[in-house]
Amino acid sequence: MATLPAVEKPPAVVAEVHVARPRTGFRKYWHLYAAISPFYLLFLCFGLVPVGFSLYLSFHRWDGLGSMEWAGLSQYQYLVTDSEFWSSIGTTIVIWAMATFPMIFLAMVTAVMLNSAVRFKNLYRVAYFLPNVTSVVAIAIIFGSVFSTNFGLVNAFLQAIGFDQIAWLNTPWGIKIAIATLMTWQWTGYNAIIFLAGLQTVPGELYEAARMDGAGPVQTFFRITLPMMRPVLLFALVVSTVTGLQSFSEPQVLLQNTSNDSTFSGGPGHAGRTMVLYFFQQTFDNNDFGYGAAVAWGIFLVVVLFSIINWRLVQRRGEE
Amino acid sequence: MASTHETRRTKGIDGSRRRGIGLHAALVAGVLLSAFPFYWAVIMSTHTSSEIFSYPPKLLPGTHFAENVRSLFDTVDFFGSMFNSLLVACSVTFLVLFFDSLAAFVFAKFAFPGKRLLFVLLMFIFMVPAQLQAIPQFVIMAKLGWIGSMTALIVPAAANAFGIFWMRQYMKGAIHDELLDASRIDGANFLRQYWHVALPVVRPGLAFLGIFTFMGQWNDYAWPLIALTDPDNVTLQVALSQLNGTHGTTDYGMVMTGALLALLPLLIVFAIGARQMIGDLAKGAIK
Repeated sequence: MATLPAVEKPPAVVAEVHVARPRTGFRKYWHLYAAISPFYLLFLCFGLVPVGFSLYLSFHRWDGLGSMEWAGLSQYQYLVTDSEFWSSIGTTIVIWAMATFPMIFLAMVTAVMLNSAVRFKNLYRVAYFLPNVTSVVAIAIIFGSVFSTNFGLVNAFLQAIGFDQIAWLNTPWGIKIAIATLMTWQWTGYNAIIFLAGLQTVPGELYEAARMDGAGPVQTFFRITLPMMRPVLLFALVVSTVTGLQSFSEPQVLLQNTSNDSTFSGGPGHAGRTMVLYFFQQTFDNNDFGYGAAVAWGIFLVVVLFSIINWRLVQRRGEE
Repeated sequence: MASTHETRRTKGIDGSRRRGIGLHAALVAGVLLSAFPFYWAVIMSTHTSSEIFSYPPKLLPGTHFAENVRSLFDTVDFFGSMFNSLLVACSVTFLVLFFDSLAAFVFAKFAFPGKRLLFVLLMFIFMVPAQLQAIPQFVIMAKLGWIGSMTALIVPAAANAFGIFWMRQYMKGAIHDELLDASRIDGANFLRQYWHVALPVVRPGLAFLGIFTFMGQWNDYAWPLIALTDPDNVTLQVALSQLNGTHGTTDYGMVMTGALLALLPLLIVFAIGARQMIGDLAKGAIK
């Protein structure tokens, strides 16, 4: 932590005797309100008004140019029966699960290893964090070439050990595997570092006591480490849910060359079309701003729902 | 190294040593996996497309990097879009550091009517998803005439809830009330307190927020993709995506060179601030 600097004396001001009237309310605090106002003003213009406007929009038909037309609940009525929207929810959840569970598992293993290896810990942490700071666009381009059908490294490996090549970015499961692999690669290290920080807060005496009682490493992990890690695990789950369910850049860049009609189409058969991709496609490709707004509220509901489920799951496991 | 004919007495030490080596081997394997895509990008960007297409795949860097760089610079305005990215990331970082730390200072150290309510509001704002704002933001920006310019990226990002929340937590512990009282007695007004008392103490916190903000802005993609409608005036990420869209199935070497060069500035920033950033991030998560 920073050392406290000595308080500089302001240049000698002749002490004015300030006999102002007692100030009250806004006049007394105006400088404080002024100091926090930039954020609230920006939020009002580019946050609150937009959210309200998108609610208003979702009850209208609008192509972004002409005049708006009242549509009542029809956008939402269409939304709940829109099989493409439902399948985009399914796609998003499948990719999220395929990325998140291996990621949490690998991150936990890595964190436990880092916690016991004393040397080079900082070096490892930097190396593991590296994937998380790199731009998704660049990384998706690189992963696209790793999973390329013709010259990709994965297929070259399959060929070398005698398997058939797989058109990764052209088959439903191939697409999902490629996207999930990218996400796992990008977020495992991040979670490992968070978990490591959590592991370091577990008091050593607990492990000491467990060893005295003759607990093995596996038992120790499940009886002590895991319960103590509950808050950190929750944090990781929440972050991965909120980011994973709103994934956009990964499938968009990875699959933008696999279809001619739209860069938001999510590849052949829309196998990689996540909810947010569908939102972009409806809004900015089809210029259907009214329906796009309804889709956005649908996505919001799904994310909220999953956040609640996450929270419940981790809560309950802790109470056992 | 681990020898098997050791006596029983030394077996314990030897075993833990061997375990240590195994541990490091596993960790190094993880590091290699983390680093591999970067290495792969280096390989791809140093070969011609025909070399890339050949089997077996190239596993060592080639000799055509300069050639790829030249065709990259001929194809896209790489430095123009890099300048745009730098402009956006630096402006936003500067503005966020100023506005967020100022607001955080107020929330951390002063009392005023409505403070609780405003802070709760801040926490809610945290959770508003970007898609809900995307369409109206686009419409508002179009009305303001900002669509297609970097202003559309800079202004809405100039202050954010995360930064204020994070800096407030940081300032609560770092700035001591006695220090503020002393400066007040010495006649320092609010701005002087902010500038001369608060900021010097929270410099490490500002460094974290600065690096975090810069990287986030540098990597931002979805909103710039929508807001920057002039294909000749975009940020680096959008330019890279365009490049991949038009040449991604033909000139792999060039596209990969673009990806690699776009990563470099970020890697430099990360190299400078990595330790601090990781430490603070971890601290924030276990709070």
